[in-house]
Amino acid sequence: MQSLSRAAPYRRDPAPSRWAYKMQRLWLTPAFRGFMRFGVPLLMVALAVGIFLASPARRESLWGMVASAKEQVTERPMFMVNLVSIDGASPELSDAVRAKLNLRLPQSALKLDLDAIRVTAENFDAVARAVVRLGAANVLQITITERQPAWVWRTEGGLILLDDTGHRIAGLAARADRADLPLIAGEGANQAIAEAQAVLQAANPFANRLRGLVRISTRRWDLVLDRDQRILLPAENPVAAVEGLIALNTAENLLARDLTSVDLRNPQRPVLRLAPAALDAMRAAHGITVPTETKS
Amino acid sequence: MTDLYQSQRTMRHLRKTALQRGMIAILDVGTSKIACLILRFDGIEEPGEADGMGSMAGQSNFRVIGAATTRSRGVRFGEISAMNETERAIRTAVQAAQKMANVRVDHVIACFSGGEPRSYGLAGEIELQDALVRENDVARVLAACDAPDIGEGREVLHAQPVNFALDHRTGLADPRAQSGNRLACDMHLLTVDAAVVQNLLYCIKRCDLDLAGIASSAYASGIASLVEDERELGAACIDMGGGSTGMSIFMKKHMIFSDSVRLGGDHVTADIAQCLHVPLAVAERIKTKHGGVHATGMDDREMIEIGGDSGDWEKDRRQVSRTELIGIIRPRVEEILEQAAERLDAAGFSHLPSQQIVLTGGASQIPGLDGLASRILGQRVRMGRPLRVQGLPQAATGPSFASTVGLCLFAAHPQDEWWDFDIPAERYPARSIKRALKWFKDNW
Repeated sequence: MQSLSRAAPYRRDPAPSRWAYKMQRLWLTPAFRGFMRFGVPLLMVALAVGIFLASPARRESLWGMVASAKEQVTERPMFMVNLVSIDGASPELSDAVRAKLNLRLPQSALKLDLDAIRVTAENFDAVARAVVRLGAANVLQITITERQPAWVWRTEGGLILLDDTGHRIAGLAARADRADLPLIAGEGANQAIAEAQAVLQAANPFANRLRGLVRISTRRWDLVLDRDQRILLPAENPVAAVEGLIALNTAENLLARDLTSVDLRNPQRPVLRLAPAALDAMRAAHGITVPTETKS
Repeated sequence: MTDLYQSQRTMRHLRKTALQRGMIAILDVGTSKIACLILRFDGIEEPGEADGMGSMAGQSNFRVIGAATTRSRGVRFGEISAMNETERAIRTAVQAAQKMANVRVDHVIACFSGGEPRSYGLAGEIELQDALVRENDVARVLAACDAPDIGEGREVLHAQPVNFALDHRTGLADPRAQSGNRLACDMHLLTVDAAVVQNLLYCIKRCDLDLAGIASSAYASGIASLVEDERELGAACIDMGGGSTGMSIFMKKHMIFSDSVRLGGDHVTADIAQCLHVPLAVAERIKTKHGGVHATGMDDREMIEIGGDSGDWEKDRRQVSRTELIGIIRPRVEEILEQAAERLDAAGFSHLPSQQIVLTGGASQIPGLDGLASRILGQRVRMGRPLRVQGLPQAATGPSFASTVGLCLFAAHPQDEWWDFDIPAERYPARSIKRALKWFKDNW
């Protein structure tokens, strides 16, 4: 007779199958786990994006969507710049800057490259510094600091105005246009403006006689006075030489005499060159006769 | 023997790798249950505790993070008899423990009680070359031990140096860097049936695990349930398992003898099942619930419902008194204890200074066993429980987990074995590059 009580249910094997065991062990491997948790989702996203972008039409429409959204934002009226105001510059300069910038207004402020505008303005010779900012009511404010002309430089190509750092400002038609500025000449004169300034300051006592400074061999300065007098300064320490000359001049009234040049290149021994007439007079006074040279 | 030497060295290497990685599994393949613990090693052992035990008994550096027990299947007398079943049981235990610990373990240290362990005491002696003991001298003296005939198909499970003697001084724990002329050593060799080890190895391999160590469960439960002074002064541990009862004698912190009786708690269950005509599962339940070894007048009146599923009313309503049950259990328990006593006597346990015997293992939980055991084994018998280990679940602290816990301690503090020392250069074949390299290493 079969048992009356409930038949014992089929007992499931509690042991994991070989595959379940292996899968559990695999899942407990940290590298695999990390891969499943981060690597696989990333790969899935990358795959989805890749599939979406694989077709050119979808790519085009996506870029178009992005561009139009961007346009919509940038073209809003509160971002539009309608006016450029240039301050601190002469009318000619501001016109030139305006022409060079060539801004098509109205334009969105988000598209303006203020840095590029600043660089363009500062590329003008006459501009020392430019400050560009978007002012109130979306006015593009360009504040320009102009270079102040301090020297006139006579070159082979003509006259050039320089500022006190030696930077070119503009050309000059005639010396008489800026007679108030000191004149320099010679190659590389603009490189040594600071020295020229010092020499000029030192030579102040005979400033009324000074015609200009000449840079010799991009190395030293000559002072040119009226009556074709020339003072040759040393390359080293020209200011001291000028001061020495002033002392001599005060004592001996040197420059009033009939000299063509004073050579101060050797500080120990100034050399004077007399004008021919003065030389003859001096020789006659000393009773020296020189046979007249006959040039063949 | 070199083959085994190599495989033991490989296991040693794997164990080191596992300890570095900080994760190792403990697998106790028993006859009645398979237990798996997962240990996490963290922190550095505090130094200076090499000799005496610290407050945490030297086990502060690991923690049990996963534990699982499952009913053993396909294991008889501590040996694998049905490989597939055992593999499934191991998989169950390992998977549950991994799930609890939430880590994957690759290295496992296993212990088993079968294989008919046999102990051998070996002695070796060498003359020292320069009156100072060096590392390779220890290896040489171990290699100089006369190898006994361990028999066909047997393998060495443990080969532990237990004592070193230098000239007339004996009882040295570590002879290195001491001066003397003659170094002698005693080694304890434990051999088991090679096929049993091979089966276990294969079974663990089929579970995708690497065997990083193997130990006899009698040794492991001795480590866990003997306290420090018992191990120092000499004591025997009797691990009464399901299918076999293992004995190990410890002296001066070393195991000096181990043996096993192929009788255990399962035999008691089988007796009950036969006498009462009940299935083994019912017999097991009756044994654990009502079992005992001392009958009193109270037990005559305590009737136990046997129950049954036969459909026969008379048979399914049978009752036995507890006295009858004890009458079935007691002779078998006595037999086990007598056999154990016999083995201990044969090993010369009675000559040891201390006659302490510790009973542990699942079958030692029968109430009243200590009284019965002291009548058979001698007066100094106590019931042993394993040491407490950090993180061990409450369910796994009973005496049936002695060898599992012992294996944890074995993993944390492995004892030096023969294969932990380098092979002396003379043992390599002549003209080998290894020999030349070894010679260079030893001499420079």
